[in-house]
Amino acid sequence: MRLGSGAFAACCVVIEVLGVAVFLRGFFPVSVRSAFRVQPLPPAPEPAAGMSSNWTQLPPPRFRKVVIMLVDGLRGDFVFGSKGVQFMPYTTYLVEKGFSHSFIAEAKPPTVTLPRIKALMTGSIPGFIDAVMNFNSPVLLEDNLIGQAKAAGKRVIFYGDDTWIKLFPKHFVEYDGTTSFFVSDFREVDDNITRHLDNVLKREDWDMLILHYLGLDHIGHISGPHSPMVGPKLKEMDYILKKIHISLLSKEREASLPHLLVLCGDHGMSETGGHGASSVEEVSTPLILISSAFQRKSGNFQPPEHVQQTDLAATLAVGLGLPIPKNSVGSLLFPVVEGATMREQLRFLHLNSVQLSRLLQENVPMYEKDPGFQQFKVTEKLHGNWIKLYLEGNNSEVLLNLGRKVLKQYLNALKTMSMSLSKQVGQYDMYSMMIGTVIVLEVLILLLLSTPKALCQKAEFEIPLWSSLFSLLFYLMVLVLSAVHVIVCTSAERSCYFCSVSWLMAVGVMMLISALLCVILCLLANVFENVKLPAKNSAASGSSWSGLDLLILFGTLGHVLSLGASSFIEEEHQTWYFLVNTLCLALGHEICRNHFLGKDFDHNLAVEGDFQKDTKKVLQYRNDSVDVPEYDKVHKMSSLELPEGCEKWLGLATPWLILICCRLLRSFNQTGVQWAHRPDFGHWLTSSDHKAELSVLAFLSLVMIFILVQRRCSPVSKVAMALGLLGVYCYRAAFGNVFLPWQRDNKDISKGIIEARFVYVFVLGILFTGTKDLLKSQFVSADVNIKSRGLWEIHSGLVLLAALLLRPHNLPVLVFSLLIQAVMTKFIWKPLKHDAAQITIMHYWFGQAFFYFQGNSNNIATVDISAGFVGLDHYIEVPAMFLTAFATYVGPILWAIHLLSFLSSENNSRSFCGGEELETEEKTENSVGEWLDKSL
Amino acid sequence: MKDTDIKRLFYAHLFCVFSIILTTFIPSLFLEEFSVLETHLTWLCICSICVTILNVALYLLVKPNPSSKRSSISHKISRVLKSCVYFSISCLLYHAIIVLYGAPLIELMLETFLFAVILSTFTTLPCLCLLGPNIKAWLRVFTKNGATSIWDNSLQITTVSSVIGAWLGAFPIPLDWERPWQVWPISCTLGATCGYVAGLLISPVWIYRNRKQLTYKSR
Ligand SMILES: [Zn+2]
Ligand SMILES: [Zn+2]
Repeated sequence: MRLGSGAFAACCVVIEVLGVAVFLRGFFPVSVRSAFRVQPLPPAPEPAAGMSSNWTQLPPPRFRKVVIMLVDGLRGDFVFGSKGVQFMPYTTYLVEKGFSHSFIAEAKPPTVTLPRIKALMTGSIPGFIDAVMNFNSPVLLEDNLIGQAKAAGKRVIFYGDDTWIKLFPKHFVEYDGTTSFFVSDFREVDDNITRHLDNVLKREDWDMLILHYLGLDHIGHISGPHSPMVGPKLKEMDYILKKIHISLLSKEREASLPHLLVLCGDHGMSETGGHGASSVEEVSTPLILISSAFQRKSGNFQPPEHVQQTDLAATLAVGLGLPIPKNSVGSLLFPVVEGATMREQLRFLHLNSVQLSRLLQENVPMYEKDPGFQQFKVTEKLHGNWIKLYLEGNNSEVLLNLGRKVLKQYLNALKTMSMSLSKQVGQYDMYSMMIGTVIVLEVLILLLLSTPKALCQKAEFEIPLWSSLFSLLFYLMVLVLSAVHVIVCTSAERSCYFCSVSWLMAVGVMMLISALLCVILCLLANVFENVKLPAKNSAASGSSWSGLDLLILFGTLGHVLSLGASSFIEEEHQTWYFLVNTLCLALGHEICRNHFLGKDFDHNLAVEGDFQKDTKKVLQYRNDSVDVPEYDKVHKMSSLELPEGCEKWLGLATPWLILICCRLLRSFNQTGVQWAHRPDFGHWLTSSDHKAELSVLAFLSLVMIFILVQRRCSPVSKVAMALGLLGVYCYRAAFGNVFLPWQRDNKDISKGIIEARFVYVFVLGILFTGTKDLLKSQFVSADVNIKSRGLWEIHSGLVLLAALLLRPHNLPVLVFSLLIQAVMTKFIWKPLKHDAAQITIMHYWFGQAFFYFQGNSNNIATVDISAGFVGLDHYIEVPAMFLTAFATYVGPILWAIHLLSFLSSENNSRSFCGGEELETEEKTENSVGEWLDKSL
Repeated sequence: MKDTDIKRLFYAHLFCVFSIILTTFIPSLFLEEFSVLETHLTWLCICSICVTILNVALYLLVKPNPSSKRSSISHKISRVLKSCVYFSISCLLYHAIIVLYGAPLIELMLETFLFAVILSTFTTLPCLCLLGPNIKAWLRVFTKNGATSIWDNSLQITTVSSVIGAWLGAFPIPLDWERPWQVWPISCTLGATCGYVAGLLISPVWIYRNRKQLTYKSR
C-alpha cells in the first residue's frame, strides 16, 4: 500500500494517541467504590452475643454546630512550624494549651483542590483522573457528608471557592462562591468570604458552616511559600479563627451540645509554591479540631500525630450523628470521641469498622484473608460479649478492662483495613498499560524506520500492509494474543479496563498490534536486504560518521533509554544539561580544528586516508570545494563590520560563552526532585528584599531582548516591539513585581489588566504582519526573503508574548535563549555548514534544555498557572489554557520557530526543509505525548 | 620494528594497569582506615602521583619518539617547566569544564579540583610526555587520521576512553540508590580510571589487529 507522507503521519498520530489513551487509562488508578445503591442501608446494630441489643438507631450527634474553615494551600509548617508561632499566635495558643486536637493530615496525591475536597467530604481517595477534571468539576454523585447532612435535615451554609457549588449544587441553604481561577488576586477572594461572617455568626439558623479561603494558595502560586505576603495572610486567617472561636464559645449554653471548629488545609505547597505532586511539603496539611468538649490536656505539648486526610469525613459523620459515607476509607479520629461513655465509643468504632469491612468485601476479592478483616470479626465477637455483660448490669473492673481491650483491637483493625483499602487505589492496571506501551512503541519504531524515506524527495511510503496481513505470522500473532487476552481476563483478580471493553474491540486491537508488528518486521527485512547489497561500502560509510553525528545519535538514544528509570525521569533536566554541554564541547572541538588546521587539511587527510571512498563522498567533497569561494563571499558580506581575526576568535569563544550561559541558567532555577531545595538565583530575586535588583535585571533583560530581536525586523515591528516591551515592564510594575521610577505611591496595586492588554495588541500586530508576509511569499511571490522575514516576525511576536507571560526573574532565561540562538547561527551553524538533520536535533536539544531552564520539571506542580490569567479579569477557559500551555513550553516553541526561520533563511535545499518541518511537527507531538505520560 | 614497538607498548601499558590496581590496596598497609571509597581523596592523590611517576619513568626508559637533534640542558629545563605550566593549565581548564557541567562552584571545591587533576593525569600528562608542550602537535594527533605512530594511536585511545569514562561516570549521580559511590565525584573518578585502564588494555590489542591498515607517513 502506498501512502503520502501526510497521510502516513496522520495515521501514525492517530494510532499513537490511541496507544497513549489506553496506557493512561491503565495508569490512572481506579478509585475504590462501593456499588451504587439507591436506598441507604440501615445502620448496623450493636453486636450482642446471644441476645439482641436494643440500640439499633444511629448514635446521637456529639456536636451541635460545626464550622469547617478550609484554608487552601495551608501547609503543615505554616501552623506547627516557626511561621505559625510568629503569625498565628491564637491558633498556636489553642494547640499548645489544650482545647483542641491537632494532627498533620496527609493528603494523597494528586494534591489538587478538587480531589482534595472530594477526599475531605467523601473520605474516599479520588483517582488521578480528578486532577484533569479540576477545571470542570461535575456534580458529586458519590455518598458524601454534605449529602448526608442535607438528608438529615441539617442546614449547611457555604462561602468560598465556587468549586464546592459545582460539586454540591443544591445542598447549601445559603452560599456565595468566588472563582478560584483568578490566581493573581489575594485579597478580594478572602474578603468576599469574611464579609458574611459577622452576620452568619450572629444567627442560629444553621448547623454547618463551611468556609474555603483561597488567598494563601494564590500567594503561593504567585510568589512561593516564603513570600512576604504569606505572613500577613496567615495573621488574617488567625484573626478569623479567633473571631469564629470566640463567637462559638459565647453561643454555647449549659444544656446544649458543644460546638466544633475545624481548621484544615486541602493540600500544602511545594518550595516553589505549586502543588499537585507528592513531596512532603505538598501532602502535609494541618488538621485542628477545636471544641470545648475536649478535655484539656495536661502535661507538655506533643508534636501533632500523623493521620490521613480521609479520616476527617468519618470523624465528622460520627460527630454530627450521620452515617459514615459509604466509600470512605478513613478511620475515626479517636481522640474526638474520647469524652463519650465506653458503650458509645465502642458503638462508634463498630459503625466505622462495619462500613470499612463492607467496602473491603466489595473491592478486594480475597477479603477474608485480609488481616484487618479477620481482626474485625474477632473484635466484633468480643464486643458482643462486652455488650452482654453490660446489659446484664455487670459494672465491675473486669468490664472496664475488657472494654479497653476491645477498643484497642478495634483501633488496630480500623487502621489495617484502612491501609489495605488505600493500597488498592495505588495499583495500576498493568495489562492495559502494557497494551498501550506496545502500541506506542510499535508506532515509534515504524516512524523511525520510515524517517529516511521521509527525507527523500518523493515523500511516499511503501507500506507492506497487504502482504503482511496475509502472512502466517499475522494469524499466529492474533491467535496467541487472543488466547493471552482470554487467560488474563478470566484469571484477573482485579478488573482490568481492557477486559471490560467489548470482545469485538479487543480483537480489533489485537489485530492492530499484530499487523503493526508484521509491517515492522517486513520493513526491517527490506532494510537489511538494502544494507546487504552495498555491503562492500559499509566499512567506508562507517568512517564517514563524524564525532558530532555519533554524539547526536547516542545522545538521543541514551536519553530515550534513560527514561526507563524513574530517577532519570525525575531528573530529566540533568540529562539534557549534560547533553547540551557535551554538544557545546564537541562543537568547540570542531571549531578549533576548523580554525587552527583549516578545512583543506582535514579534507586532504580524509581523502588520502582511505582510497576506497565511495564516489558519493568524493562528489560531496568536490561540491564542498566548489562552494568555498561562494561561501567566502557570503561570509564576508555578512561580516563587513568585523575584521577576520576578530571573527575567528569570537568563533572560538562561542562554545565557551554558551557553556557559561548554560551554567548560569542552571543556577537560575533548580528543578527536579533531589536538588530542588538548593538555593537558586530565582528565589533570591523573588524575595521582597531584592526587588530593586529584580527591577534592574528585568529592565536590562527587556533592553537586551529588544536588541537581539530587532535586527531582522521591519521598522514597523521594531516600533511595536519596543512599545510592547515597555508595556511588559509597566505590567510588571503595575503588578508590584518591579519598581517604576515615576511611581511614587504604590498604594493601589492593580492587576495590570490594561497594560497586559496593551501588550497583547502589539503581539497580535507583530504576529499578523509575520503571517501576512508568510502568506505573501506562499501565494503572491515566491520570494525567500519575505518568507524568512515573516517567520522571524512570528518568532519575535512570540518572544514578546513570552516576555509578558514569564515571571520577571525568568526574563534573563529568555535573553540567554535569544543570545544563544543568535551566536550559534552566526558563528557555528553558518560557518561550519551543518546539515539540516544535525541542526534540527541541536535545536531540539536546546529547546528541551530551555524547558527545564525555565524552572519546569516533569512534575505537574511546576506548571505556572498564573500565566493563564495575564490580562484577563475573570476565568475564561480557552485563553487561560492556551496561555498556560504557551508559558510552560516557551523554550521548545521558541527553538522550534527559530529552527523554521533558520532553515528557511538558509534555504539550501527546499525539499529537505519540507521533510524537516514534518519531522519537527511529529517530534513536538511525540514529545508532548511523552511529557504527558511522564508527568502524570 | 613494528611488532617490537607493539610489544613494548603492551608491556608499558600492562605495567601502568598493575600499578593502578596496586594503588587500591597497597596504601592500606601504611595508612590506617584506607579504602578507595571512604578516603577517596587520598586515593586520588596517590593514584595520580603514581601514574605521573610511572608515565615519566616509562617515557625516559622507552623513549618512543627519539628526538633527532640533541638539545641543550637549558632547552630541556624550559621544556620541563613549560610542561608543568601546561599541566596546571589543563587542571584548571578541566576544573572549569567540570564546573560548567554543573558541579557546585564553591562547596566541594577540593573534590572537584582533584577530579580535574586525575583527569589531567590520565589525558594531558601522556600527551606532554609523548608530544611535548606543543599544541600544534596535540591538535594534529587528535584530528582524524592525524596519528603518525602507534604511540599516537594509543594516546588517542587512552585519552578518549578516559574522558568518555568520566563522562559516563556522571550518569549514576541522579539515581536515587543512595550508594556510597554515588557521592560526588567518586563515580566520575572511578569512571575515568576504568576508562583509562580500558584504554590501556584496548589500545595494544586494537593496534595489533589493525596493524595492516595503519600506514604512517613521516612528517
Ligand atoms: Zn487547593
Ligand atoms: Zn492552588
